[in-house]
Amino acid sequence: MAFEALQEKFSRVIKSLKGQSKLTEKNMDDMLKEVRIALLEADVNYKVVREFINSVKEKALGERVFDKLNPSEMVVKIVRDELVELLGSDNCTLNYNKNKPTIILLVGLQGSGKTTTCAKLANLMKYKLKKKVLMAACDVYRPAAVDQLAQLANQINVDLVNMGTKVDPVEIAKKAKEKAYNDHYDVLLIDTAGRLQIDEKLMDELKNIKREIGPEEILLLTDAMAGQDSVNVATKFNELLGLTGVIMSKMDGDSRGGAALSIAHVTGVPIKFIGVGEKINELDIFYPDRMAERILGMGDVLTLIDKVEQNIDEKEAKKSMNKMMEGTFTLDDMLAQMKQVQKLGSLGGLMKLIPGMPKVSPEQLEKAEKDMKEFEVIINSMTYEERMHPEILKNSRKTRIARGSGKTNADINRVLKRYESAKEMMKQMKNRSKKGGPGFNPNMFR
Amino acid sequence: MGLFKFLKEKFGKKKEEQSVEASKEQKSLDKYDKGLEKSRKNFSNKLEELTKRYKEVNDDYFSDLEEILIEADCGVNFTLKIIEDLLDYSNEKDIKDPKAINESLVDRMFLNYVKEGSNIKNELSFENLPEVLVMVGVNGVGKTTTIAKLAKRYISKGKKVLLVAADTFRAGAKEQLTVWAGRLGIDIVSGNDNEDPASVAYKGVSKGLADKADLIIVDTAGRLQNKKNLMDELKKVSKVINKLINREPECFLVIDATTGQNGVLQAAAFKELINVTGIVITKMDGTSKGGIILAIREELGIPVRFIGLGEGFDDLEEFDLDKYLYGLCSGLIKDE
Repeated sequence: MAFEALQEKFSRVIKSLKGQSKLTEKNMDDMLKEVRIALLEADVNYKVVREFINSVKEKALGERVFDKLNPSEMVVKIVRDELVELLGSDNCTLNYNKNKPTIILLVGLQGSGKTTTCAKLANLMKYKLKKKVLMAACDVYRPAAVDQLAQLANQINVDLVNMGTKVDPVEIAKKAKEKAYNDHYDVLLIDTAGRLQIDEKLMDELKNIKREIGPEEILLLTDAMAGQDSVNVATKFNELLGLTGVIMSKMDGDSRGGAALSIAHVTGVPIKFIGVGEKINELDIFYPDRMAERILGMGDVLTLIDKVEQNIDEKEAKKSMNKMMEGTFTLDDMLAQMKQVQKLGSLGGLMKLIPGMPKVSPEQLEKAEKDMKEFEVIINSMTYEERMHPEILKNSRKTRIARGSGKTNADINRVLKRYESAKEMMKQMKNRSKKGGPGFNPNMFR
Repeated sequence: MGLFKFLKEKFGKKKEEQSVEASKEQKSLDKYDKGLEKSRKNFSNKLEELTKRYKEVNDDYFSDLEEILIEADCGVNFTLKIIEDLLDYSNEKDIKDPKAINESLVDRMFLNYVKEGSNIKNELSFENLPEVLVMVGVNGVGKTTTIAKLAKRYISKGKKVLLVAADTFRAGAKEQLTVWAGRLGIDIVSGNDNEDPASVAYKGVSKGLADKADLIIVDTAGRLQNKKNLMDELKKVSKVINKLINREPECFLVIDATTGQNGVLQAAAFKELINVTGIVITKMDGTSKGGIILAIREELGIPVRFIGLGEGFDDLEEFDLDKYLYGLCSGLIKDE
């Protein structure tokens, strides 16, 4: 995930610092040098890095960290706080009008992810915020861009103003606004064509749309993989249109996303959302403090909790919790649990949010997900009785299940082994909670 | 011979010649000149400014130089190393003239390129028919548009081209390619939504074989290089094609010129999995950076074969290092 490499680097720097009993100006310089390279490698703009390093150093000297008990931790704290500051210190949400439609314009370079994000935003507003949402397809230039949005609109069941590709985008936007007002929509999302910030004709078109419909929000899409130029792009769009926010797409890649830091810092425009996957619900709110902590290897527990709350079916969870406590944990329960976890999105994304977990390799994660699918196939090939009482599974039954699921006996045994260890873990948790201790030990992830 | 002199001699005098070949060359050179305008402003104009500001090189000079390189997305390691080398060079030979240092810088930057670049054929060879080309890349780099441009290029050379829309994932992807096929007046094979891309590729290449197409271009869905299952899917596509034509297909990785250091990771990841035979850099006209070209070559040795210098249909040019350098550095060269 974005920032991970940066996070690793910081962890290493901090670790090397921890060994030293005393922080001196000299070894702080060494540390800051590492920080500088890490930020540059993350595509943070050169000038932003310079300012960042200077202000960290100034603060460190100003707070007389050398006299403190844990000077290295002080420096870490300063780096963290500065990062939060750099990423924009507000928890930024969109501004919604109370009594009239809120109009949101999406702009950006070609291929930055406007159309996909438009649908993701619509999905989020409709299903999470319960808004009545309308979208408008104003990208009349890229072949089939309108078709793309139409397909997505259909998929999430959101209304779309689609006037084809022969109409001036300004006209489409105006018509869409009219419809949004007449039919009392809460939100109008306008998808526009990708354009270079130096393309005067197309930039004028955006200015015209802005003038004609007066959007509340103008959001710039930027790619998490963007390089040093991202600052210029954002600056120019901001200059010409007055941006109200930035959405960073493709954060699920392995780019370090330094552009996020640069853009927020140079333009002062807050980052509001991040795209974290290709699925329609993979759009997250951007939290600067969480992101900064993630960079520093503290994990992102808050995002994890949010994700769990959004996706876990509470009744299901309670049921399996109760069962667990009663000690009647069956294969069906194990499968239900796995499915709950799967609902949280990909396991890989989830694991990264847990502090202290970055050492899991992508291969391991992938294996875990594959296991889940395999287990499901196998368990589904069992009879009800077998699932309730796995202990009755002997060779002949195993052979039958193996044949039914297209697996081997060894695969069946693997499922059973996993089941046994899961059961054992449940027992331990049960005992612990009986003793009055915490049922869930946060240290199990350390 | 220094690079500057070489370029000056190669391109500086071309204008007097009148032959058709020469005017075609000049047109192509002009495209590079225009497409790299932003990069030039950022790179060679800044270098030029620097030589005006400093009479003699010193620590500040090198720190400014470092900034220019990093801001051009040349990569941190690459930049730090080259600056170190230059410092040594300056100290050892006692060279303090900024111009000489800059010249040495440009020489160093492109040395590897020049060394290895001479025997690379950019154009598809058409030695074995049909030529099959698979286009891959992360999301939003311009794969589909590049396919249209490449198809146009080879249609105008009299080749029979077939498009295969194996991006069955992204909404509107096959419609996008279908529009292009319509405009170009060529056939297209496309799959159903979410159909296995390998099966679409199979159908497409089979049709191409039956129809005796000269070139079959297969579009694939954009994928981030760290998504292992999606990358494996690509491997399967390549395997299926291999079976049909009994050789590895050509495979172009499309990279957005505005990409930062991640471009190198992209190239490495794709290369590890499938036989990437070339790179196409898109949106070069839109960025002032594009140092990514250097970084990729430096670290992976995959040749850049085509470069997108504008939004027009004909703005996809064969990558020519000399022209590229001339476009990038012409300010410095003319100055001499």
